[in-house]
Amino acid sequence: MTSNLVKNYFRMDKLPHIWCPGCGHGIITRAVMKAIDELKLDKDKVCIVSGIGCSSRASGYLDFNTLHTTHGRALAYATGLKHANPDLEIIVITGDGDCSAIGGNHLIHAARRNIGITAVAYNNNIYGMTGGQYSPTTPTGDKGTTAPYGNVDKVFDICTLAQAAGASYTARATVYHAQLLTKLIKNGILNKGFSIIDAVSVCPTYYGRKNKKGDAVKMMEWLKDHAVNVSAATKLPEEKLAGKFLIGELYHNPQPEYTEEYKKIIESLRRG
Amino acid sequence: MTNNQAKLMQGNEACLEGAIAAGMRFFAGYPITPSTEIAEGASERLPMVGGKFIQMEDEIGSMAAVIGASLAGLKAMTATSGPGMSLKLENIGYASLTEIPCVIVNVQRGGPSTGLPTSPAQADIMQARWGAHGDHPSIVLYPASVSEAYSVTVTAFNLAEKYRMPVILLMDEVMGHMRERVVLPDAKDLQIVNREKASVPPEEYLPYKADPDGGVPEMPAFGEGYRYHVTGLIHSENGFPTTDAKKTATLLNRLMKKIDNNLDDIVKYQEDSLDDAKIVLIAYGSTARSAKSAMDMAREQGIPVGLFRPITIWPFAEDKVKEIAGKAEKIIVPEMNLGQYRSEIERAVAGKCEVIGINRADGEIITPEDIYEKIKGVL
Repeated sequence: MTSNLVKNYFRMDKLPHIWCPGCGHGIITRAVMKAIDELKLDKDKVCIVSGIGCSSRASGYLDFNTLHTTHGRALAYATGLKHANPDLEIIVITGDGDCSAIGGNHLIHAARRNIGITAVAYNNNIYGMTGGQYSPTTPTGDKGTTAPYGNVDKVFDICTLAQAAGASYTARATVYHAQLLTKLIKNGILNKGFSIIDAVSVCPTYYGRKNKKGDAVKMMEWLKDHAVNVSAATKLPEEKLAGKFLIGELYHNPQPEYTEEYKKIIESLRRG
Repeated sequence: MTNNQAKLMQGNEACLEGAIAAGMRFFAGYPITPSTEIAEGASERLPMVGGKFIQMEDEIGSMAAVIGASLAGLKAMTATSGPGMSLKLENIGYASLTEIPCVIVNVQRGGPSTGLPTSPAQADIMQARWGAHGDHPSIVLYPASVSEAYSVTVTAFNLAEKYRMPVILLMDEVMGHMRERVVLPDAKDLQIVNREKASVPPEEYLPYKADPDGGVPEMPAFGEGYRYHVTGLIHSENGFPTTDAKKTATLLNRLMKKIDNNLDDIVKYQEDSLDDAKIVLIAYGSTARSAKSAMDMAREQGIPVGLFRPITIWPFAEDKVKEIAGKAEKIIVPEMNLGQYRSEIERAVAGKCEVIGINRADGEIITPEDIYEKIKGVL
């Protein structure tokens, strides 16, 4: 039976989606919808802005104002939307390549401005739509169709990058930790400035197969075994954290939001 | 006309004032000479009228932000020069396909690449038409005076809103930085066009439903209750992606016909002394000013020279140029490039008369004397 979440927030006539069997992106999309539902956001005011790639096809399936933009540029389009009309609730759906490679410049500057946008990075460690090329989040040594001998590049940590650039909220969860993911997206939306949630996904079709990671279930189990909640991590000795990665709310430091600051200029000129 | 309304203005300033008069309330840009005064002016003037300015991280982002703002319901513009224009093309193509109104100003400087910062050039004529990949319609305007920088910018916004598309306003370094005495029209005397909002309730609204023969769809803003989809993929009238050949052809055909069916409305030009002209100068932008002076010099010597000045560069005034070619003996095309517009004129003239170029791409302007000498040389 179709869940109410799907009925209320998906464009049912646009389903089924294009994602492969075992892809984690459906779980993330559900978490975004669940967060919107729990926050009771006005659908007419929500804009879902996406870039290009597997992740970014999500916008077409969702019943909001939806903008499927050019590769890497979703945050720049979203900046224009938010600045033009700060009453809009802007959620950007992007991928690891979309936001940290071709769109890396827009990511660091959206973070620096602390503009009221919530970005959800569907991070599957690979360029899926083009058939499995290595991305800035493909682990060093892992393979892609353009890294047949193993990836030499070092990895971007999307949350650390965004925090260093000025984001006021960063968090990470995986598609195994679906409830945590929903909570973190909710908190990201509630944060007034720029929020980013690194949503670690699985791509059994390309990344998994190329790197012999097993099927989708095996990949989910790997996420379960290697993710450590940031609150638990503080109590663990360093050797227990080797080879693991952190999930949970990684950084939250409320700062003045861009469009509110700009509004003050308009108001001061009006008074003057 | 009273003198106290007269102002000494720069082309870039007049362009900005024209944009604000046309209703521009959003500007995103990135610093680049010789267009920077437009961004500087926008940062000062827009918040005074409740509008928004933003300096983006790059030229690509500023074009993207302009499109986002237009979708939120504001009239939006960006301004740049050659290297920045090259970067904006990606998202200009997006605005063409998704039919999002916006204005892009390119104050041309010498190229290619970083080129000649910041000497004048008119070498982005073909880029303005075909820079974005794929078949797409184009409207490109080019003023030739400070006063026209104001009025043609208003026209650029009106056409962008009416036909739902990006409109490129070309200037050149001379046009951008030249100062002239201007008397700006009263805001109430301006004809301002705004995009058509939805005439049907949300449940009946299809974002790309329009007469296939060049119709323009209605466009509510995001946030107004019409939850529609916008994509840079080829789409059906419901806005969602399609790869259907018939639907693709229908969409591209409609986009092109928005222009082709409305040439009388879009193609603007100025004719000067064409009736008895044996030699016709075809020139645009700042070079048209030199051409006008050269024409006057020739007329004083009894040489029957006329001037045809396209204000709309694209779509090309093909019928008018054909008509000129049927009457004149020679057409001279002075332009600060190596013959970009001349090639288009030759295509239309198709051998009916001789077409001669005067070309410079060395950062120097073409003077009235250069043109006058050429006129005498071809007699």
